[in-house]
Amino acid sequence: MTTRVADRRPMILRVVMSSFLVLWLIVAAFPFLWTLWGSFKVEGDFFSKADWLNALTGPLTIAETGGSFTSSGYYGAWVQEEFWRAAMNSLTVVVCVVCISLTFGTLGGYALSRSPYRYAFWLLLISLVFRAMPPITLVSGYLLPFFEWNLWGHLPTAIIVLVAINQPFTLWMLTSFFRNIPKDLDESAMMDGCSRFQAFRHVIIPVMWPGVITTGLFSFLLAYNDFAVTAMLLSKENQTMIPKIASFLGTTQTKGNVMFAVSSVISVTAPLFLLVMFFQRQIVSGLTAGAVKG
Amino acid sequence: MKHKTFLWFFLPSGMAMFLFIAMPIVSVLTQSVYAPHEQVIREVENCTLFGCSKATQIDQEATRALRDAEPMGRFVGPSIYTDRNHLAFAEIAGIWRNASGLGDFFGQVTNLPFYDALSFTLTYTALVTPLSLAFGLIIALAVNALPQLFRGPVIFVSLLPMIVTPLVGALILFWMIDARGVLGAALQALAGDPGLSIKASTPLMWTMLIVYGVWSSAPFAFVIYYAGLQTVPGDTLESAMIDGASRWERIRYVILPHLLPLTTFMALIKIMDNFRVFEPIVSFSAGAHAKSLSYFIYSDLGGETRLLSSAAATSVLTIAGIIVLISPVLVRTWHAFGRVRA
Repeated sequence: MTTRVADRRPMILRVVMSSFLVLWLIVAAFPFLWTLWGSFKVEGDFFSKADWLNALTGPLTIAETGGSFTSSGYYGAWVQEEFWRAAMNSLTVVVCVVCISLTFGTLGGYALSRSPYRYAFWLLLISLVFRAMPPITLVSGYLLPFFEWNLWGHLPTAIIVLVAINQPFTLWMLTSFFRNIPKDLDESAMMDGCSRFQAFRHVIIPVMWPGVITTGLFSFLLAYNDFAVTAMLLSKENQTMIPKIASFLGTTQTKGNVMFAVSSVISVTAPLFLLVMFFQRQIVSGLTAGAVKG
Repeated sequence: MKHKTFLWFFLPSGMAMFLFIAMPIVSVLTQSVYAPHEQVIREVENCTLFGCSKATQIDQEATRALRDAEPMGRFVGPSIYTDRNHLAFAEIAGIWRNASGLGDFFGQVTNLPFYDALSFTLTYTALVTPLSLAFGLIIALAVNALPQLFRGPVIFVSLLPMIVTPLVGALILFWMIDARGVLGAALQALAGDPGLSIKASTPLMWTMLIVYGVWSSAPFAFVIYYAGLQTVPGDTLESAMIDGASRWERIRYVILPHLLPLTTFMALIKIMDNFRVFEPIVSFSAGAHAKSLSYFIYSDLGGETRLLSSAAATSVLTIAGIIVLISPVLVRTWHAFGRVRA
């Protein structure tokens, strides 16, 4: 590839830009590496009053446990405090939310993309307003009815609520995706005698997967990262991972609890790390698709 | 598409949004004009040898019966909105009469809980939105100058702050900035003050929350600007060069106009996201120094006494606030649609 004339940059600018970039990369990555390293130390080292270098070398870790790394934080969180239960709950919630919101979203998004009427536009505009509302404002509307009808505290309740909160975004994304699939495709199938639903099933479903996977990634992130809904709507035994971490913080007086939080933070981040690694292209294209067509 | 078919396709999604977004708004609106029942007080006469005395006591049974019969509470009209914890009209009028100047007036008003939360939320939104966009643009320009080989890994690392759970990302930063953490220690050394602690200072806490905000939302701006830069028309750039445009002029007159539509889109999304700022305040346990509207609702809802009516009133005000903030976009979309249809 030859460099365009316009791409040539003066030396000094290149140096400034590169050093800025290096600085940004450190800012972006260093906190994660630091916490990962520190999660294998004891609290006295990770939060060292004496010398910050202790977090790297870990003299107290050696003194307390005999090795320079300890997995006691992980053991305490996963086994002692039953973080695995929270992880199972998170898994249930995330899988259900992604599946249900994609099912609802593809049907709805397809309909919105093929409807020429004004109400389709209004529905999109209303869902934009819904997207703008902070989830916690809705939570304060759920609590009283859910208490009254004994719906509070159960996983299915949180799942359907997250699906609903997820719908506006899913609809926007999938509508813009379906608009890019030529209308001729399903309309010609209908000419041949298919009903609208048959056309959707046999013609649209086979070609929709790239868009659905991208949207699914964002639904996954929403369900996985949620704190407001799951913290307020789930009972203690049904807690998912993020509220569980927050509950470790509430009781920091007990020694070692902070390290439980540190190790569970790493445990929560690891899957996200893998997600970005494998789906980087889809995430980037999903973010830009919304922006360019939005 | 026929109306009937549309209805069937849209039904599941529409029902979900109707039941769990539209209805809760109704529920919030009604709750905000009802207050919990007061305890039923009963007068009892205690008679002893020396005569009778009247005493009041709480009738637990009647209270419970009343609360079960009418779980909504008693109708109080807009009085929750105007009380001290929300719009506080009476208090503001009092402050207005007594304040020594405008600065003093605003200082006192922002001490009221609702205005305190509102002022932090607005400051956060107003600072983090443009800062993260500017930051994202610089990163995008820098990555665009990189050889192809390095771009993938750089994008990977840059995505991390955005993709990580907000509560978790904020915690990771908070532990480093803690007085016993690595950045906290570095700050103490820089300031030459070993007692320096973020947790003890309101301005430092606000700054840290804003730093977190920029850290976590700059990647979003970066990715979108980066994608936008790939589609900058090369011909226009070259002809600008031939016409003698300097590097800065090319950015100013070719690249920035090309990125403008993306900027409006991102500003919209970021205003929505920043206005709901919530998790970092939990992570930083910053409640004493900085409250956002979402955190205000959360702290009303949590705890032993669930102040549902107060939370509902704040929620209604918050929803009104965000609608006002995004109304320019709504109006513009509406007009744009009108043009397309006409």
